[in-house]
Amino acid sequence: MSKLRTGVLGVFAHLDAATDAIRRLKREGFEITTYAPTPRHELEEAMETPESPVRIFTLTGAFTGTAAGTALATWTSIDWPLIVGGKEIVALPAFSVIMFELTILIGALSTVAGLFLLGRLPHIGPPEAPMYHPSFTGGNFGVFAHAPRDRYDDVQRIMTDAGSEEVLVDHR
Amino acid sequence: MATTDMPATAIRSAFHPDVESYEQVNRDADRLLTKPGKGYLALLGMAVSLVLLMVIAELHNIWYGLGMSGLTNPVGWGVYITTFVFWVGIGHAGTLISAILYLFRAPWRQSIYRFAEAMTVFAVLTAALFPIIHIGRPWFFYWLLPLPSQRHLWPNFRSPLLWDVFAVTTYLTVSSVFFFIGLIPDIAAARDTATHPMRKKVYTILSLGWRGTDREWRHFTRAYLFLAALATPLVLSVHSVVSWDFAVSIVPGWHTTIFAPYFVAGAILSGVAMVVTLMVPVHRIFRLGAYFTETHYDRLAKLLLLTSLIVGYAYGMEYFMAYYSGELFERDVFWDRVTGQYWWAGWSMITFNAIIPQLLWIPKVRRNLNAFFLISIFVNIGMWWERFVIIVPSLAHSYEPWKFMNYHLTWVEASILMGSFGWFFMWFLLFLRYLPGLSIAEIKEVLPPPMRRHDPAHHMAQTDASGTQVEVYPTGYYA
Repeated sequence: MSKLRTGVLGVFAHLDAATDAIRRLKREGFEITTYAPTPRHELEEAMETPESPVRIFTLTGAFTGTAAGTALATWTSIDWPLIVGGKEIVALPAFSVIMFELTILIGALSTVAGLFLLGRLPHIGPPEAPMYHPSFTGGNFGVFAHAPRDRYDDVQRIMTDAGSEEVLVDHR
Repeated sequence: MATTDMPATAIRSAFHPDVESYEQVNRDADRLLTKPGKGYLALLGMAVSLVLLMVIAELHNIWYGLGMSGLTNPVGWGVYITTFVFWVGIGHAGTLISAILYLFRAPWRQSIYRFAEAMTVFAVLTAALFPIIHIGRPWFFYWLLPLPSQRHLWPNFRSPLLWDVFAVTTYLTVSSVFFFIGLIPDIAAARDTATHPMRKKVYTILSLGWRGTDREWRHFTRAYLFLAALATPLVLSVHSVVSWDFAVSIVPGWHTTIFAPYFVAGAILSGVAMVVTLMVPVHRIFRLGAYFTETHYDRLAKLLLLTSLIVGYAYGMEYFMAYYSGELFERDVFWDRVTGQYWWAGWSMITFNAIIPQLLWIPKVRRNLNAFFLISIFVNIGMWWERFVIIVPSLAHSYEPWKFMNYHLTWVEASILMGSFGWFFMWFLLFLRYLPGLSIAEIKEVLPPPMRRHDPAHHMAQTDASGTQVEVYPTGYYA
């Protein structure tokens, strides 16, 4: 799971150059972390990213919410059975609103929890790839190849061949 | 691989032909965050003074009791509830633009949704004040929450008022979460360009360490999609639930099944109008013509027109049902709305919401920013009157003639009403100054990505009248 803590960062001004580099580096067996200013399907295809499991969080949260809404409204009504407005003690049509709202509320919050857990947000401690460039939230794409020090030259060559503007090497 | 060289003229997005590159979006978004002028400070000062006025009025209200408002029997709901419904409604267009249009993959959403969504959060934040003000003893607000009293008596889940508590708090929570999640990549972008050390520090904390890695985007895009999918039924439900506060009762003028769709359409009408009211000045001051293009205003105008037609239809239908049902009290209330004590309110609602927006059928009006801005102001006013007309004349003119009673606005209510606008604009102005008002990452989704190779299969390049290559993205996102 944990990737190498050393490697080389390529800064790319062009998306197709970045995807070329990713494909070639992957063929060489390097693990990659990419940076992008906006989500692009070209990168996902090059990285062969699988579907995000956030949806499981959404579904579980939503159903938990429905159950919680049903339970809250029902249990509190039974706890002190008092007929109000001529409605049943357990008045499901009325409770459906509570059930719905809690479905959405807990579904949404658990989606966020999923995003935070899976996307490792907020980032505390060392980041996934040790190198970053501020232009990655601007217009540039970044490809970080997790590589052992003795293979830096190979990575640098691939990055430059693919069209990297700037190749930064982690010399720590 | 079949490739051709890039043409000399850059490929542009059909929606933003004046945006040259990804970097330009960052520069323009940062421009909003630079040092504000005197005009900004003057506006903020005005907003804050209105908030102070509201605070004074509310303290007066608390000290001397709710008698300081014009509320009395039988008009127990007045300006506070009117303003509550008004602000909740304003919020709806923001979620419509940010969530529903996202699901529909409408590319014109990208550049305006951040404003719209900020508007939603602040409008709901404003609305949430009013039930608390209206209960008169705000420190007992927690009685509305599902907590048992010491006798183990719980709130009544069969009451529409409690549904409303759940609907509005859920809406406030979910729309704030949706707003903040969407902001994370853009705050990170602001962090990377910030020069002021304090700003850099705050943005670093708020961006949660976002770097735009493949892992982050992978989960972010999915989470965002699901949040949009959850916010969509939510936004349609919130104003439905608000409408049931009225429709579930037996007051003539309130007790109708049409209320839920009627309120939702009205909410979107008022919300779109408020989006335009906010967009036009921001557009002018910050010269955002590259982002708020004619297409954007045209689509917003059509949305406004559509909802205005739905609202107009609902007005007509209400009168038809009052007539056709043969129900005496119902008919009397509706007749009273346009001929009675509040005839001016009834007619301004019909004129401002259903008649004036019809001008938007004319393409010239749709494209004229001044005209559209003016229409949006009319709709804002008209929609406040709509809520007033639904609430007050119905209560003032219900079953028994001996309790027909008028309602008189007091200075306390007027100050709180004005203060609510101050409160809303205060948050909005602070937002403009401190958080990215353009959705940097999402606008880039509808821009052509920088490519070395020009791949004809991927780019359906067309040449426009001025000879500029314009890339056409049929869906706005990727095919």
